[in-house]
Amino acid sequence: MKYGRKLAFAAITVAALSVAACSSGDTSGGTSDGSGSGDQPYIALVSKGFQHQFWQAVKQGAEEKAAELGVTVTFDGPASETEVDAQLQMLQTAIDKKPIAIGYASLDPKACIPLYDAAKAAGIPIVEFDAPCDSDYSQNLSATDSKVAGALAAEHMADLIGGSGEVAIVGHSQINSTGVERRDGFVDKIEADYPDIKIVDIQYGDGDHLKSADIAKAMIAAHPNLKGLYGTNEGSAIGVVNAATELGLEPGKLTIIGFDSGAAQINAIKSGLMAGAITQDPIGIGKSVVEAAFKASKGEKLDKFTDTGSFWYDSTNIDDPKIAAVLYQ
Amino acid sequence: MSLQTDSGPSTKGKKDMTVAAEKQGGGVLAFVKKQAQQSLAFGTLIILVVFFSIASPAFLTWPNISGVLLATAVIGILALGTTFVIITGGIDLSIGTGMTLAAVMTGVFIVNIGLPVWLGVLGGVLTGGLMGFVNGVNIAFLRLPPFIATLAMMLIAQGLSLIISGVRPIYFSGIADDFKLIALGTLIPGLPNAVLITIVAALIAFVVLGKTILGRYTFSIGSNEEATRLSGVNTRRWKVMIYTFAGLFTGVAGVVIASRLDSAQPQLGVGYELQAIAAVIIGGTSLLGGRGSILGTVIGALIMSVVINGLRIMSIQTEWQNVVVGIVILIAVYFDTLRNRASA
Repeated sequence: MKYGRKLAFAAITVAALSVAACSSGDTSGGTSDGSGSGDQPYIALVSKGFQHQFWQAVKQGAEEKAAELGVTVTFDGPASETEVDAQLQMLQTAIDKKPIAIGYASLDPKACIPLYDAAKAAGIPIVEFDAPCDSDYSQNLSATDSKVAGALAAEHMADLIGGSGEVAIVGHSQINSTGVERRDGFVDKIEADYPDIKIVDIQYGDGDHLKSADIAKAMIAAHPNLKGLYGTNEGSAIGVVNAATELGLEPGKLTIIGFDSGAAQINAIKSGLMAGAITQDPIGIGKSVVEAAFKASKGEKLDKFTDTGSFWYDSTNIDDPKIAAVLYQ
Repeated sequence: MSLQTDSGPSTKGKKDMTVAAEKQGGGVLAFVKKQAQQSLAFGTLIILVVFFSIASPAFLTWPNISGVLLATAVIGILALGTTFVIITGGIDLSIGTGMTLAAVMTGVFIVNIGLPVWLGVLGGVLTGGLMGFVNGVNIAFLRLPPFIATLAMMLIAQGLSLIISGVRPIYFSGIADDFKLIALGTLIPGLPNAVLITIVAALIAFVVLGKTILGRYTFSIGSNEEATRLSGVNTRRWKVMIYTFAGLFTGVAGVVIASRLDSAQPQLGVGYELQAIAAVIIGGTSLLGGRGSILGTVIGALIMSVVINGLRIMSIQTEWQNVVVGIVILIAVYFDTLRNRASA
């Protein structure tokens, strides 16, 4: 009896481990058949996450470019964008496995510095994507200039509400650089150029759809004259759209501006619930970082910054091939 | 009515004395004592509502009240199931990501496989039940500590949600356009169905905990598992049933969140379990087991969402909102320990 129980436990442990092994293979191993095998040159990408569609699009771009260049890439990222230490471990592992180059999207600009020194000592070049680390060792950053993107959102918001009135922001993070810069770019632009627009509230929903919806509803209740809401990432923006739907607001009564894409946001723009959104070029970011990493591994000299751009899209240009190419479902 | 929910059959020696005291007319005092936590929680809720109504004219408006109730739905349903688990002296950390897995499975059944909505919903709910069943077996038969068994299940559910969905949301619109009405339709004008579902779930939980043998054994196992076993109850089997029953609530929560978002979002769910557990504890259910009530849990869940909504309406910074919620939990649990000391 007792023996049987132990056996059962062992069986379950084995089953759990194999599930774990499958999951890491499926979700973070990426395309790399030879991840860590050392036979084939490979580039290790350490992302901020992999669950959001944005990162899946970056991964897609990276894989496309890698196939073109004849290298393999691995794509790793922590489960949530608050897990700074988990991400550092992934970077450490990447360094230990001696890829030809590393592409890194930093969750925290300071914590990564010692590991950059370790990579330098090991002779592995590092290029960056999405967000930088405060170290001189990186040879290139492929990213969206988030402040410019935030300002672009502010300009369109101002146009759409007629240059005056109350607006509010549902942010996705008050810590990580994209959250901060998309907010600051928006706030700075409004304060500098639109004295009649008042930003009445800024709150953070962690990019969680449900939380962001509840925040947006509270804002709408607290500020009956609210004319516009700006959601700083996909989850925040969809939260705002859901809030407007749940409250039964007529499309267009509240001007909603989003960020990034995804099927829900694209539908909201097509149906008129959302006025428009800012999109980055995540596939372009993925391509750019792999190309930079490849060049760095050959010892080529690179520019410090590659702005992969940000674009405004709304119902008028959503089917424009140039825009459609950077949107992801 | 809440008297019955609060008094499971105690296997402690004190039981006879208490019963005797009640028979002698000490009923009122005992009743007051028993209700202390719930009255405190209820009083807190009233105070909060009054406070926020004064602080912001927008608080006590129907759209906002309806918003608060809707915001309570998901956490509330999770908390109802977890109340059973916590009364047994256990804990369930897998309800947050388990809810997500149930949502994803609902999506798979309806969108990918093309089953009718009602069958997909049933499948989602049963997914929750299955996870509860596995938790129960691991805890009762493999003797794993509930904390560890459900922690592992939390990770497994999180991973499986991502794998099964292919790390992308599953959208219901276009395939099952009326799926979103499950949570957002209004059978009663102005009141989202998710709130009705929560109320029905609470009534079911209330009846099961207070009036059925499952409820009685839930209390009994929580008070003294060994004594319950020695009195001839197959406690292992009952524990599996309790965890399975609680898992069904996780499944319902998964369907409700998927319906409200009109999509299954595979990356959500982490942290929801702690909010649900906090709601249960604020409602006066003891983490040590053996004591708790559904009414308390409902009030606890309402307190959580009223505090968060009120602070948002007052435009308090997000960082401070967390601090205030933390303090509310501390105060609630402090009163709980005070009461324990008084009754010891």
